[in-house]
Amino acid sequence: MSKGNQVLEEITSKEYEHGWNVNLEADEAPMGLNEGTVRFISAKKGEPEWLLEWRLKAFRLWEKMKEPTWPNVSYPAIDYQNIIYYSAPKKKATLNSLDEVDPELVKTFEKLGISITEQKRLTGVAVDAVIDSVSVATTFKEKLGELGIIFCSFSEAVKEHPELIKKYLGSVVPMNDNYFAALNSAVFSDGSFCYIPKGVRCPMELSTYFRINAANTGQFERTLIVADEGSYVSYLEGCTAPMRDENQLHAAVVELYTMKDAEIKYSTVQNWYPGDKNGKGGIYNFVTKRGLCFGDHSKISWTQVETGSAITWKYPSCVLKGDYSVGEFYSVAVTNNYQQADTGTKMIHIGKNTRSRIVSKGISAGKSQNSYRGQVHVLKRASNARNHSQCDSLLMGDQCGAHTFPYIDVENNSARIEHEATTSKIGEDQIFYCLQRGIDEEAAVALIVNGYAKEVLNQLPMEFAVEAQKLLALTLEGSVG
Amino acid sequence: MLTIKNLHAKVGEKAILNGIDLKVNAGEVHAIMGPNGSGKSTLASVLAGREDFEVTNGEVDFLGKNLLELDPEDRAREGIFMAFQYPVEIPGVSTINFMKTALNQIREYRGQQALDAVSFLQLMKEKMKLVEINQSLLSRSLNEGFSGGEKKRNEIFQMAMLEPKLAILDETDSGLDIDALRIVANGVNKLRNKNNATIVVTHYQRLLDYIVPDYVHVLYNGKIVKSGSKELALELEAKGYDWIKKEVAVA
Ligand SMILES: Nc1ncnc2c1ncn2[C@@H]1O[C@H](COP(=O)(O)OP(=O)(O)O)[C@@H](O)[C@H]1O
Ligand SMILES: [Mg+2]
Repeated sequence: MSKGNQVLEEITSKEYEHGWNVNLEADEAPMGLNEGTVRFISAKKGEPEWLLEWRLKAFRLWEKMKEPTWPNVSYPAIDYQNIIYYSAPKKKATLNSLDEVDPELVKTFEKLGISITEQKRLTGVAVDAVIDSVSVATTFKEKLGELGIIFCSFSEAVKEHPELIKKYLGSVVPMNDNYFAALNSAVFSDGSFCYIPKGVRCPMELSTYFRINAANTGQFERTLIVADEGSYVSYLEGCTAPMRDENQLHAAVVELYTMKDAEIKYSTVQNWYPGDKNGKGGIYNFVTKRGLCFGDHSKISWTQVETGSAITWKYPSCVLKGDYSVGEFYSVAVTNNYQQADTGTKMIHIGKNTRSRIVSKGISAGKSQNSYRGQVHVLKRASNARNHSQCDSLLMGDQCGAHTFPYIDVENNSARIEHEATTSKIGEDQIFYCLQRGIDEEAAVALIVNGYAKEVLNQLPMEFAVEAQKLLALTLEGSVG
Repeated sequence: MLTIKNLHAKVGEKAILNGIDLKVNAGEVHAIMGPNGSGKSTLASVLAGREDFEVTNGEVDFLGKNLLELDPEDRAREGIFMAFQYPVEIPGVSTINFMKTALNQIREYRGQQALDAVSFLQLMKEKMKLVEINQSLLSRSLNEGFSGGEKKRNEIFQMAMLEPKLAILDETDSGLDIDALRIVANGVNKLRNKNNATIVVTHYQRLLDYIVPDYVHVLYNGKIVKSGSKELALELEAKGYDWIKKEVAVA
């Protein structure tokens, strides 16, 4: 260890020893981030020593890293010492009826066609016992248990299945992968863990909705999904309902791991608070998502519908290590008002005969900026790799921006890489054509946008797709004319 | 049904319609002819409510309503249909989906219930037969990769679905071979009845052999300079438009 680091370490641990009081009774960590914070979080969660050490290692790496500046987004500097990194899961205040909920929120729910029961659940209104999601979740869990599927919170998994966590945590996204991944590794609050045993096809879509204690996993969520040989799972993250959150900074990590012949299909609908019309407020969403197709003939497919957040920095990627493995990325990213999104994917071809497919549909409205950033990397031993990328941008109005940054890096000349990109505008001609058939402008925009994004929306599970369609329309409401 | 009085319209500083008068009654077919650039499409667009054109003078009454005050979608819901000269493509949206959306919005405006899937399908099947169009075309992205003939046939299919009171067909014959022309014209004829009316915009007489008009009007420099019976179309075919231009110049 260099002298400088030694001094640094001394100072930080000293601070912990003296100045920093670990009050385990407290519901919240004191503001700021130092080694003490990390120890506090780990102690609070009753974690084993090895996990604490893992977090601390990540923290020390993070301290030496710099926040990336290459994304095509701009925001005021984040003061990492001005954030509370842990607060105990609080029970939302229970309300008696929907009348007590913010009417704006209820209006949005209605437009999305979210059922009354679901509205109540999301806003913390007491729901009667029969349809209580907890009881649904219990039945659900029993059914999964029979198949040997593990689906639980990350904290629970650390306690119940430490050997699996130890083996796979950080195996796809190393703690020093990037600034935000390191931060997450140091302070992650909770998240989901899922393991599908050999040869099991998960009979239902797994969604955090069905996981007890899923609320309040906090701003540093961690998800790990492992699909053993020949298994299959479809996983849904997020929901179309608007997510109000006090935390401005979110830095999640998602790791997917598929063995031979296994497949993971991961779908996300992200609808976090994007800030107001003038660009005030909104969530900064810096996510690291990566899948490792470890075994031959394995497959990982990412589908995302991104409509929320003030700033999105997100590149769900696939490392195609197994021969004949397949990676897919289907994305719709919508930005409106002052939102900024820099999103895309990386397809790393390592194995032979690996295939990847990228379909990215950007939609920009208002004064927003929407960038696609994609990398296709074919390594030397990856003979006969194939990639097809389709990156389309749709502009609404003339104050927004769409940008495409494709990086193609081929070290094996048997590779076949195809890249197509288009930029189009919602034409007045298209809108007028709809109007002339009696379709009003709002419905016309919805129709055109959903048509444009169809290839991606088709990848979503049925019910999710219907909600996502409404969500797209809602996000763009009032952005034409 | 439709009464246009002294209609003037411009785009930017350019006056395109310079005082149009026209009366169309239920059950009638009117043909509007005239050389390229005379303002035929503009007239159709103004009636449909396209905002690029500014109406500077005149009145339009449609079934007792001031048409110029209505939004374009409400004009459609009141029963005006325009078959476009150049139908636009809408990627990812099938004709079926498009028509379902349109029909249900129109029905809602009229205080009717949305059609259930079965009734919609039934209606669609019936209209498909009428315009000899097959379902595979209707399942494809609207107008995307359609041939000229398919686009026009699709326009007539939409017209059949929406059952307008007044249909305005803008150059529906252009780009059609003789068989396609016959199919399209047949469709239009089958949809004619004593309660609806049709305005056929064309600059060839050919279409009028199939869709026989009650009146023919010649539009030139944004004005109707001559009106007559269907024989006028034949005369135009034989003599060309120069003859009209000369007459206008003399007057
Ligand atoms: N959007 C527009 N901007 C400028 N000029 C236009 C526009 N639309 C039509 N025009 C002009 O108006 C005139 C009439 O056009 P149009 O109505 O399309 O004629 P027609 O259908 O009889 O061929 C033409 O000179 C055309 O160039
Ligand atoms: Mg024309």
